[in-house]
Amino acid sequence: MGLDIRWPIGLMFTLIGALLAINGAVVKSDHAISLGININLIWGVVLLVFGVLMLLGAVRGGKNPPSA
Amino acid sequence: MQPIQLQWIDYTILIAYVVFVIGIGWMLARYMKTSSDFLTSARSIPTWVTGLAFISANLGALELVGMAASGAKYGIATAHFYWVGAIPAMIFLAVFMMPFYYGSKARSTPEYLKMRFDERVRGLNAIAFAVMTIFASGISMDALAKLLNELLGWNYNFALLICSGVVLVYVLKGGLTSAIYTEVLQFFMIVLGFAPVVYLGLKDVGGWHAMNHSLQAVAANPSALYLKDAGITYAPDAWTSAWRPVLAGSAHNPMGVDWFAMIFGLGFVLSFGYWCTNFLVVQRAMAAKNMTAARNTPLVAAVPKMFFPFLVIVPGMIAVALTSMPAKKGEEPYRIPPPIVAQANYDQAVAAVKNATVPDSSAVKAVRDALGEKVDSGKILSLVAANKAGQLTDTQIQQGLYNSIAENYYSGVILSLVKKYCPPGLLGLALTALLASFMSGMAGNVTAFNTVFTYDLYQAYFVKGKSDHHYFITGKVITVVGIILSMGAAYFAKQYDNAMDIIQLVFGFVNAPIFATFLLGMFWKRTTGTGAFLGLFGGIAGSTVFHALTIATGNVPGIKGGYLHVVQVFPSEMAQNFWLASFAFIVCFTLTVVISLATSRTKSDAELKGLVYSLTPKIVDHNIPIYQKPAVVGIVLLIVCIILNFIFW
Repeated sequence: MGLDIRWPIGLMFTLIGALLAINGAVVKSDHAISLGININLIWGVVLLVFGVLMLLGAVRGGKNPPSA
Repeated sequence: MQPIQLQWIDYTILIAYVVFVIGIGWMLARYMKTSSDFLTSARSIPTWVTGLAFISANLGALELVGMAASGAKYGIATAHFYWVGAIPAMIFLAVFMMPFYYGSKARSTPEYLKMRFDERVRGLNAIAFAVMTIFASGISMDALAKLLNELLGWNYNFALLICSGVVLVYVLKGGLTSAIYTEVLQFFMIVLGFAPVVYLGLKDVGGWHAMNHSLQAVAANPSALYLKDAGITYAPDAWTSAWRPVLAGSAHNPMGVDWFAMIFGLGFVLSFGYWCTNFLVVQRAMAAKNMTAARNTPLVAAVPKMFFPFLVIVPGMIAVALTSMPAKKGEEPYRIPPPIVAQANYDQAVAAVKNATVPDSSAVKAVRDALGEKVDSGKILSLVAANKAGQLTDTQIQQGLYNSIAENYYSGVILSLVKKYCPPGLLGLALTALLASFMSGMAGNVTAFNTVFTYDLYQAYFVKGKSDHHYFITGKVITVVGIILSMGAAYFAKQYDNAMDIIQLVFGFVNAPIFATFLLGMFWKRTTGTGAFLGLFGGIAGSTVFHALTIATGNVPGIKGGYLHVVQVFPSEMAQNFWLASFAFIVCFTLTVVISLATSRTKSDAELKGLVYSLTPKIVDHNIPIYQKPAVVGIVLLIVCIILNFIFW
């Protein structure tokens, strides 16, 4: 099939990761619920990195997102 | 329990996920031209994709919720469902069985049975499978809708409709390919959504060793946490060792299972029966682009599967450890959630505590009647006394009542941890992961159902010899019908808890012997159609009789077994289940062999080429790199799996 699944996976996690990370960086909170860790920021960055790696894989794989 | 309040960021994540899965269906729609594109992906998908879909289709939400529950009930020994009950069978499928499924060009596992034996065996298997997938998906949808209702306060019907609607849209658009692609996305969603919860939980209990230390104390007196009846004690390693408590005998581990039932019943019969013959998972491998990819699919899947216990079982162990620890300063103590009690009942129980003049047995009885649950008398008495000594607020009393319910609702474990540790944002991610697991389970069932129904029932018995376009449209219509039927099954499950137990029981009977049929069919050319058909029937009848004559300790004869006469009492339902499967397998195996020898073959050696081991040329894989050779990869994975068993011995 012509769609490389790494495109949607990469895009989705880049988006959600960025959203979480920005939220973690901007929103003031004592992080008591997550044991004092700014888990949104940390995990957002993890998701972002994962998403970008997927996108890189898709680009290197050469299958562009099918032109609609 | 207050419903969790979601914030805009949680909804945004949830909506982003839904948009992406529907988008995948949309992108794939234009490739759907024939029935084969829609129902079998035209055998075009790369290995890592089919591999992750293989594991994701199996990773329904009942598994996520259920494994955390078992982790709490039985500890690390639950990992046997992975290390004993999955990995060896997945490797066997890849190395020995996949060549016949893929090489025969069968479009489904029932169709393989038709090629190997005859129409009767296919019919029996196809009908049982079709009905089973509908109910499996219905039970899981019902569980999801209930969860969203309890947790977020969503309307049951709304929750059911939305989730089925999303699955319907993407499966209808992109068929099996769409289901497989979204399963890969869901796989990453589930892993990345739950991993931070496990991390925070482990950190909270003080790390792995501190958790094990607490669990060792729990093993000495599990009744303190309502894990077992009063008076039952285990060796300290009952929750923290995988093998020692099982080898010590069924009385020495919380599962109540002995090593033979574990290895033969779970590790051989149930596990091989599921992983090697269930079309829900095998279909993913059959969609691979070539033979090597098809054979490597279960092997790719085995890698994450081996490490899933750390994601899905450890949360249950964390919950037990947390419950056994004293509360931190300024925090409410955590406990494994008790059964859900309506606020009205809590209000009545609070009133009963306030009305009690002295802490005595009549006060306990009044509270118990109001809650409608088993209660810890000691805790109620001290609650009443505390209220007498100094007025407690209603909230404090309700918290006390919550802690004094002497039963656990294990299915609530995973969500109680999500609620405890996730701030807005991460909460949305974890809930989306949960939703993803429900959808992947449902889509898996629906895509397996539409293929078996269209090819093995509709085309085989009702409308033969039409154009491919006819079956393409049929496949789409059946997808819609399948989802509507699943929703019907969900409402059925909501109405009659008992009826669903009976249905699951019946499927247990049907599935227990099936591996014997496939095994003999594939590896013994002398097996005849009549032998296979009667053997399978005999196996099903055998398991029904076995169930009617045995029971687990503590159960009353009836739906749990023993309704004819109790011949054998097992220490636990799990042990009864494992032994039932072993018995059914042996009956089916023996009958199939005996009847095959008594009847004459109807298919010649030439007809069985590609379907039976001894009549099929061995696959030559000189030309593929060593890391892609199924036998080599399989052995490496088996060694890693054995090492894992020793680490947690």
